[in-house]
Amino acid sequence: MATMSNQNSVIEISKVKKVYTMGTNQVFALRGVDLTVERGELIAVMGTSGSGKSTLMNILGCLDVPTEGSYVLDGTRVDGMSGNALADLRNAKLGFVFQGFNLLPRTSAIDNVELPLLYDRSGRKLDTRRLAAESLGRVGLGDRLDHQPSELSGGQQQRVAIARALVTQPTLLLADEPTGNLDSRTTVEVMALFQELNEQGITVVLVTHEPEVAQYAKRIVDVRDGRIVRDHPVADRRWAADDLRNMDAARALEPDAVLEEAA
Amino acid sequence: MKQSALYKMASTSILKNKMRTLLTMLGIVIGVGAVIVMVAIGNGAQSQIKAQIGGLGTNLIIVMPGSGTPGGVNQGAGSFNKLTVADADKLKHDGTLFSSVSPVVSARLQVIANNANWKTSISGVSVDFPEIRNWTPSSGAFFSDVDVKSSRKVAVLGATVVKNLFGDSDPVGAQIQIGKVPFTVVGVMEAKGQNAGGQDQDDAVLVPYSTAQTRLSGNVRIGQILVSTASADDMAAAQDETSAIMRDSHRLDGAPDDFTVRNQTEIANAMSSTTKVMSGLLAAIASISLIVGGIGIMNIMLVSVTERTREIGIRMAIGARGSDVLTQFLVESIVMSLLGGIVGLGVGYGGAALLGHLTGWATATPISAVGIAVGFSGAVGMFFGYYPARKAAALNPIQALRYE
Repeated sequence: MATMSNQNSVIEISKVKKVYTMGTNQVFALRGVDLTVERGELIAVMGTSGSGKSTLMNILGCLDVPTEGSYVLDGTRVDGMSGNALADLRNAKLGFVFQGFNLLPRTSAIDNVELPLLYDRSGRKLDTRRLAAESLGRVGLGDRLDHQPSELSGGQQQRVAIARALVTQPTLLLADEPTGNLDSRTTVEVMALFQELNEQGITVVLVTHEPEVAQYAKRIVDVRDGRIVRDHPVADRRWAADDLRNMDAARALEPDAVLEEAA
Repeated sequence: MKQSALYKMASTSILKNKMRTLLTMLGIVIGVGAVIVMVAIGNGAQSQIKAQIGGLGTNLIIVMPGSGTPGGVNQGAGSFNKLTVADADKLKHDGTLFSSVSPVVSARLQVIANNANWKTSISGVSVDFPEIRNWTPSSGAFFSDVDVKSSRKVAVLGATVVKNLFGDSDPVGAQIQIGKVPFTVVGVMEAKGQNAGGQDQDDAVLVPYSTAQTRLSGNVRIGQILVSTASADDMAAAQDETSAIMRDSHRLDGAPDDFTVRNQTEIANAMSSTTKVMSGLLAAIASISLIVGGIGIMNIMLVSVTERTREIGIRMAIGARGSDVLTQFLVESIVMSLLGGIVGLGVGYGGAALLGHLTGWATATPISAVGIAVGFSGAVGMFFGYYPARKAAALNPIQALRYE
């Protein structure tokens, strides 16, 4: 199957179907999805539970392969790849951020961030320690290198996870409900970080069911019943950094509101 | 995945659960320790038997008279004595695998000293005899080549003979009478005790074979020839060589042997193979505990894989291959087992020494015990760690990430 390959596309999937066989039942998780993501985009995939967005995310993340259809990631044909090749591809081109942070427990922040570099198979000589420390500095945790996840707040843990995702300099950052476990202020903080990274040229795909979060993206893709039902640019895009400033200003003016929120 | 990172990872996760690791290792410690103690006991018994048999004479070959069949009636072993000192000389001269050769001229005679007398066995031997029998004088000296050549009337006494003739006093330089011939005592052999057959080996008088032939037996024939080989390894070859030289010496040329060659190590081998079977059996029983220790490791590794399902999912998501995960868990179980093996080595050494001290059994921990400990514990770790590691590597990353 020939694919019209655009050099600027990070993701090109066409006619992707995913069918799970459970006993005699066939579950159609994806019923033919076409999606192209260009370099430098910040795209939000929205959908309710069961819409197929998680399956789409797993396929985009090379954790799963489509039953049918083609997937080209940064010029590499992914569908039909072996498990080892997928693992190497995830390591080289992808950075994951999960809802539950998914840091190794009882392991320092720098050790967590260093981990993907230890699985690097390119044969490069990497100063893994230095790169991990730099990556943590990039997310504003340069002074928390030796803290364990249990000693960090939720927002800080998610920053460690983002640092881990960035450390390999991936082509694509995939975030699966990255703010699902965070309070509203930390959500905005993390989104500000994603926007900042995106402004630096990193392509970000995030899955969310919160419309407010999706408003920070450049483009929204709605998934329902295994199909993309709507794909549109965000008209009134919000900037998380501005929201943060407004929040701080509001708090300074209305101390009662802060108390109310805390309660 | 870098080797150093792998070992660091394994040691970190082993150290995270110190108590669990210790208890799991304990199984291997006990297993390896038990195997080493058992091997030490078996080894000790074996070397004790070897020492006892070695006392009879090192690597001994005995040439004895053959059987004769005059008029078709076989007279049985020793009935047809054709052994002479010339045979012994030829063996000594032509043999390539022998270290020492001695003829033996035997007689049983009354020995008289001062006012005591004692009937004992008199052996006429050569100067090689002490080396062959691994038996040295405790006082005075053994007689010399010159004594043999000039058939001097000198004697070396066994401890039992000394005790019966001289009591506690030193007999060196004293005069004794063997049969009717006066001899001078030049030495006393160290006490050797009973042989395997219960015979008192110290109840003997040794004189030069030349003197024995001319003064005591009056016969050119000799009772037997003792040959000792340079090393225990070529006993069979040495035995063949002995036969060949003897046949040559007797110019048999196709006729049946008129002598018999016997080998001391045959007996020794039979006895030490018995103890080998015994120590093998002991080690086999002990290794059952090693297997139980291995099952303990497998159990803990399975628990660990389940506990760390999410960790495995994370590792896979960020680029670990199945083989990386497999290696990680395998290294963990091998490291744990090896540590247990090394501690077990110490426990085994200590246990063997303690057991030897308490029971008085001879224990000898061989150097190979180090190899046994390291080899077996490593193998156990690999064997029993493989299944859990395989299970970890086969996990689906999506499901592993979702695991609560």
